[in-house]
Amino acid sequence: MKKYFSDKIPKSDRITRLVENLYRKMPEIEADRGVLITESYKQTEGEPIITRRAKAFAHILDNIPITIRDEELIVGSATKAPRGCQVFPEYSYEWLEAEFDTVETRVADPFYISEETKKTLHEVYKYWKGKTVCELATSYMDPNALASFRHDMFTPGNYYFNGIGHVTVDYPKVLRIGYRGIIDEAKAAREKLSVADADFAKRSHFLDAVIMSCEAAIRYAKRYSALAAKEAKNTSDMKRRAELENISRICDYVPEHGATSFYEALQSFWFVQMLIQMESSGHSISPGRFDQYMYPYFKADIDAGKITREFAQELIDCVWVKLNDLNKCRDAVSAEGFAGYSLFQNLIVGGQDIHGLDATNDLSFMCIDATMHVFLPQPSFSIRVWNGSPHELLIRAAELTRTGIGFPAYYNDEVIIPQLLSRGLKIEEARDYNIIGCVEPQKAAKTDGWHDAAFFNMCRPLELVFSNGVDKGVQLGPKTGDVTKFTTFDEFYGAYKKQMEFFIEMLVNAINAIDVAHAERCPLPFESSMVDDCIARGKSLQEGGAVYNFTGPQGFGIANMADAMWAVKTLVFEQHKYTLADFKEAMDNNYGEETDAHHAEKLTKAVVSEIVKTGRAISEGDIATIYKEVRKNNCTEEQKKKYRALREDIDALPKFGNDIDEVDSFAREVTYTYTRPMETYKNPRGGHFQAGLYPVSANVLLGGQTGPTPDGRLGFTPVADGVSPAAGRDVKGPTAAANSVSRIDHFIASNGTLFNMKFHPTALAGTQGLENFVALVRGYFDRKGSHMQFNVVSRETLRDAQKNPDKYRSLVVRVAGYSALFTTLSRALQDDIIKRTEQGEF
Amino acid sequence: MEEYMNIKGRIFDIQRFSVHDGPGIRTIVFLKGCYLRCRWCCNPESQEYKIQEMTLAGKTKIVGRDVTVAEVMTEVERDRVYYDRSGGGLTLSGGESLAQPEFAPALLRAAKESGINTAMESTGFAEWAVIEKYLPYLDTYLMDIKHINSEKHKAFTTQPNELILENAKKIAKNAKKLIIRTPVIPTFNATPEEIRDIARFAKSLGTVSEMHILPYHRIGSDKYAGLGRDYTLKGIEPPSKELMNELLEVVNSEGLRGQIGG
Repeated sequence: MKKYFSDKIPKSDRITRLVENLYRKMPEIEADRGVLITESYKQTEGEPIITRRAKAFAHILDNIPITIRDEELIVGSATKAPRGCQVFPEYSYEWLEAEFDTVETRVADPFYISEETKKTLHEVYKYWKGKTVCELATSYMDPNALASFRHDMFTPGNYYFNGIGHVTVDYPKVLRIGYRGIIDEAKAAREKLSVADADFAKRSHFLDAVIMSCEAAIRYAKRYSALAAKEAKNTSDMKRRAELENISRICDYVPEHGATSFYEALQSFWFVQMLIQMESSGHSISPGRFDQYMYPYFKADIDAGKITREFAQELIDCVWVKLNDLNKCRDAVSAEGFAGYSLFQNLIVGGQDIHGLDATNDLSFMCIDATMHVFLPQPSFSIRVWNGSPHELLIRAAELTRTGIGFPAYYNDEVIIPQLLSRGLKIEEARDYNIIGCVEPQKAAKTDGWHDAAFFNMCRPLELVFSNGVDKGVQLGPKTGDVTKFTTFDEFYGAYKKQMEFFIEMLVNAINAIDVAHAERCPLPFESSMVDDCIARGKSLQEGGAVYNFTGPQGFGIANMADAMWAVKTLVFEQHKYTLADFKEAMDNNYGEETDAHHAEKLTKAVVSEIVKTGRAISEGDIATIYKEVRKNNCTEEQKKKYRALREDIDALPKFGNDIDEVDSFAREVTYTYTRPMETYKNPRGGHFQAGLYPVSANVLLGGQTGPTPDGRLGFTPVADGVSPAAGRDVKGPTAAANSVSRIDHFIASNGTLFNMKFHPTALAGTQGLENFVALVRGYFDRKGSHMQFNVVSRETLRDAQKNPDKYRSLVVRVAGYSALFTTLSRALQDDIIKRTEQGEF
Repeated sequence: MEEYMNIKGRIFDIQRFSVHDGPGIRTIVFLKGCYLRCRWCCNPESQEYKIQEMTLAGKTKIVGRDVTVAEVMTEVERDRVYYDRSGGGLTLSGGESLAQPEFAPALLRAAKESGINTAMESTGFAEWAVIEKYLPYLDTYLMDIKHINSEKHKAFTTQPNELILENAKKIAKNAKKLIIRTPVIPTFNATPEEIRDIARFAKSLGTVSEMHILPYHRIGSDKYAGLGRDYTLKGIEPPSKELMNELLEVVNSEGLRGQIGG
């Protein structure tokens, strides 16, 4: 007999309406939290920071406007407007104030902000000058590290401007004993302290702060209980009245106490999820193994006949909708790096239990279906795969992939469990991992992972090899010698390693400075109350209270570096066809090509704003002229010919992503220049650094800060994403690409790796398509890849491929038994395929 | 190394992650040279045995290279893990594999001996003695039956069909598994009657349970110009979805498991 019930339950109409209501307007910035925290801080000056944090949290929760949206079954909203966001001036505020007038019209993740809110926030912000995490972090940074940061060698902007987040707290504990239970634990720990303990002051204040924060959470839920009761009285709709009365009863009971039903468990979960994000501005607050910790409540209710499967599914769907009600406004640059309003609340199903047996249950399937029903970006939906995963679960997951939503992301237990073991976790803990944010594994409720600590662009140090460490006129990196004088490849590669090592050191300095600033200015007692061993140690997460402490900055551009090293090695040191001076000259001149259009626009804007500052009038015509000048390549025809010849020779070389052992081994080696030095460093919380290899969406943004590279990549164009081959360079199909990627050492990159694959829907058509897809995932995982995600190609993508064929050289389309590289087809045939894609005809 | 591993043959492409020609994830080896000249052929560069030049998207490339069985197997082996997971393997296509009676069976043998599933797309146009050499190493024979009327067959493919139909009967008796495939080409065979005739014939073979009908498409048509040839089916539209469904019904009603596409 099957261990689980996997029938599909249809979506209710309520869910359709909840989603519609959520997306009616552009998301809005609200001032309430900003005002309340400032009020509180003004009253608590001079008190211990941990106490001030708890008092501020309580002040916010007691006073922030609350709302129950139409037809909601799960309640609790951080903002009045759907998908709105609050502000967190204690971390940083200057960027937002500077962007007040552009935040509504910017390309990436625009937010509406009313004139009144702007005025209110202007007032609020006056208080914060000199008091933010960001400012303290800056003053803690070594001048060289700060310079490297400012020169875009790396970007630790995420935690520099915002909270950390990136945690999975002990949801099961709150479900089990409620905040009352946690308060009791904190009180018991406090009882045990002696006033003569050396660390009494710190510990006692921390525990008091925990108690204060948990009490505030309970009061906040009770405000919702009261509001629901009031709304129940005011409605004439008897069905809704009953729903509201039930909500009122539930919010009165949880999260104060342990949940006694599936509905209570879900509502309690939601308060936890939302309140963590009210306390701090961190993203990637990840629900983790939701199908596991929710299952006991679900099963008890089903067995007792207390709930129908239909209602259970509707409630899960409601939680999924709520996960999309939270939002976050980032600065314009970061918004490009994390495009899509994403909060990366990663929720994962399936995988092994702590005993190493398969953990799939009814909820694993219902969670997949919830994502299918709600069809929104949150939660970041993931699935754990291991050799014992039920085929049926993977087929259901593949059906979701086929919709083109980009979920689930697939994770390989067979790689991630050993990764975590190698970082000192116990086997039961490693087996119980979940994913944080994009791709970062951790053991829930015991870890402060500082995943996503910074973006490190592996192409930039190579640029500095060519300039002997100079960037924009400044001696930023070490002097590794005149590149044109290198006589062996080892010399060249050695210089790269030296630059890498130097900037990794700078990166570590910058990140640790930020880490200390968080501990000093924004310790988080509420979040800390739900992660071991904060209460036992009497220490916040930010001060090292967690059992496991890591820092995981992510590197990328591997494919570019592998291809670049291969090009230099082959063309300069083996074939002796070109010299490093030839490369340098061609790269200095962008291989004779025009400046990237997007980059030229940026430069033009910068020039225009400089001119405007001088007070000079500027016409549309002037702007067009400036743009033209910026784009133009001023080389002579002869030069252009020479550079293009070099670039053609580079293009003709074998590339990473085509299952060629020699090139792939190079990628493996190049990756080690990042992953190996990284794991030697320590963070101020008593833990280690560990490397990740993934870009979120920053490969476009940071590519825009990177000049031409020896792999023939033009200046300021995107660099390769994650461990994936450079766009358009893998031309032998998905299995060849997967084989190449699996040759990188995924075990050492324990902060996660990301492999993105594009598919035309035809490859997934029919039952056979799903079977083959699952086999592809399993095959890649047999070869010890750690993560895989899929973009199913839409007609928009195909249109883009017509416009930008270079980006899509590897895009294979399959139509009825025939496969072709899309970009090699004539325009008429491409149109034909686009038409077929639209009609779903394969 | 076994002697047969050194046998040389002529191919023009190896395509990995092929999912439409036989079960699972497969690697297709395209052999060069064919006895037929089907007007709709989407691989016109496969027809001539000689190595040719073809110009596509402004770039001229050489079509065709001579390789040993061992060299091909090195490439085929690369996706073994995906064959294992999907029940896939090696598929020979072309061109016509029967036109290389030393190389092709040796390649199939090499695959079988290393535990890889095999399939072959073929039109069955060869002496029976040739075909017999392939069968011991073949898990699935994907055989094209394009038309039951020999004259019409000849008009569109340059060859009559008697030998093909005769071979089909023998293959049905001797192959491990035979699947019949029919390209559906408007103006040639895209009517319920013509498809029914083929389905009836397939059913009459006794051991055939599956028939694939493959809708005509123009994706290979660019290549004709690239080879300096005329594409004679220029004005023809691919069959509609409705027509394909109707033809599928016809196939199913003859007691076969029909399928649109490979």
